[in-house]
Amino acid sequence: MTATTQAVALDSDGAARRTAKRSDIAAALACTLLALIAGCSRSESSRTLIQNKGSDTLVNVAQAWAENYRRVKPTVAIAVSGGGSGTGIAALINGTVDIANSSRDIHADEREKIQSQTGKAVVEHKVARDAIVVYVHKDNPITQIKVSDLACVYGEKGTCDSWSSLNVQVPGCADQKIIRISRQSNSGTYEYFREAVLGKESDFKLGSRDMQGSKDVVDLVSKTPCAIGYSGIGYATHEVKTVCLSKDDAAPCVIPTIDSAKSGEYPLSRWLYMFTAGDAQGEVKAYLDWILSAEGQKIVADSGFIPSS
Amino acid sequence: MAVERALEIVVRICGYSATFFVFSIFLFVLLSGSDFIVNRLNPGEFLLSTEWVPTSVTNKRYGTLALTIGTLSVTSLAMLIAVPFGLGAAVFVSEFTAGRTKELLKVVIELLAAIPSVVWGFIGLVIMNPLIIEWLGAPIGLNVLNGGVLLGLMSVPIIVSIGEDALKAVPDSYREASLAMGATRWQTVVHVLFPAARSGLLAAVLLGVGRAIGETIAVLMATGHSVQIPHSVLDSVRTLTATIASELGETARGSDHYQALFAIGVLLFTLTFVVNLSADLIVRGARGQR
Repeated sequence: MTATTQAVALDSDGAARRTAKRSDIAAALACTLLALIAGCSRSESSRTLIQNKGSDTLVNVAQAWAENYRRVKPTVAIAVSGGGSGTGIAALINGTVDIANSSRDIHADEREKIQSQTGKAVVEHKVARDAIVVYVHKDNPITQIKVSDLACVYGEKGTCDSWSSLNVQVPGCADQKIIRISRQSNSGTYEYFREAVLGKESDFKLGSRDMQGSKDVVDLVSKTPCAIGYSGIGYATHEVKTVCLSKDDAAPCVIPTIDSAKSGEYPLSRWLYMFTAGDAQGEVKAYLDWILSAEGQKIVADSGFIPSS
Repeated sequence: MAVERALEIVVRICGYSATFFVFSIFLFVLLSGSDFIVNRLNPGEFLLSTEWVPTSVTNKRYGTLALTIGTLSVTSLAMLIAVPFGLGAAVFVSEFTAGRTKELLKVVIELLAAIPSVVWGFIGLVIMNPLIIEWLGAPIGLNVLNGGVLLGLMSVPIIVSIGEDALKAVPDSYREASLAMGATRWQTVVHVLFPAARSGLLAAVLLGVGRAIGETIAVLMATGHSVQIPHSVLDSVRTLTATIASELGETARGSDHYQALFAIGVLLFTLTFVVNLSADLIVRGARGQR
């Protein structure tokens, strides 16, 4: 056997391997350099990036706004992400976003933190209206529900654990057990529901299935006969049933629609906000003005929410 | 000679660095939550209360018992599934296959490990959820069973790979001696190979347990994320890891809630340490008896 210039190593499985030749190493280095150079090149020389984070309720609308704004001003890019209203406001406190989306009011202690950490007062911009709708499985025969019933089902001190306590029999539901679908605690929807239905001093009953996003609640309710859930009006689908809501025994039961939410007749309608630390400047101000213009509000309506004006 | 000395020092540093990194991470987690842990944490409430309500306006409670039981229940179910399947597969691949079949099986099993955990979570959410509702009549398909099966399937490739390596490390002379004495292949596996490869197999199972305890996104999606003590495998639970993942983003840095989540991190560390330590002692104890 002639001696070869390459060393041949055998491993325990008997496969032969070649140690790297010099030309292999050179090729690998060249490829790495090319990849680095390609990654570093930019197509546009100056581009503003606006960071926008927060409410999952708003995330689809925010994404639609961002995509449409690219056509209005191609030099401005907006990075949209969800994570819940609490996450957006925490990011505003930490100084990592320009605009925080929120489906709830800002708390006094959050206001203070923003003032102390960024040196500016928080400014709120009302960008749309939303209605919180109660969803049940489409086979559930319930026709109306009161806010006090919701508090009885979801609240810590509530005792309604079975569909029979709401006087319905749900087909396909084992033991008529109410399965509460809720949101995680970083959600503005969760906080708004707690404030409007349970009362600020109360808490949710533990043991609810806490989903990550508005869409997840509706998805799970559509698959679970025993379930009840709450989410934004924009997330309604044909797979679930929306229940009309009455404020108390005397009030009529109001079906959640764009009109009943706009007029305030529907008990659980709320504002959706975008917060900035200090007054919006420059490109951020231009973006917020565009959102509040007719073009931006048309996108709100197309997404199933209610325009702010 | 000097080169030898230098290499020895480098290798020694690498060895110590592993311990150093683990300690640093533990210290970082501990210090991030230290103010809350030392001053405001009530250990009885933290460890024994089932009420985890950190965002309450009037009555904040930081009880992790329900979360710990959630983690333990899902992990135990996962191990009940993964250990027999994993060790069985390891024995099969190591002892009863050879050549092409062996290589093919090894590759396919490692492929199972390559599936990202979010895909597993998706499978649990979309495929297993309706199946559990339909086949078992459960009111909801996101529960301990769903999470446990997913974690079991995720841990199997780890147990198989390392278990197979442990069995491969047993010298052939053991097998030959056993067969020469007239034992069947199965008797060889159970009475000769398992005791000989015991610590390696235990390490395989421990790494599987570690994977299951530390898994975050799959259990976040598949267990129903519900703070309660489960009364059956068809109940939803929430794990410690999923709690940290879902809540850390919303907390302001340094707030009580933020630090409480780091306290949960310390709890997770302790849990894993206790599991590993007890397994190590069991192996030593069994070895001591011989």
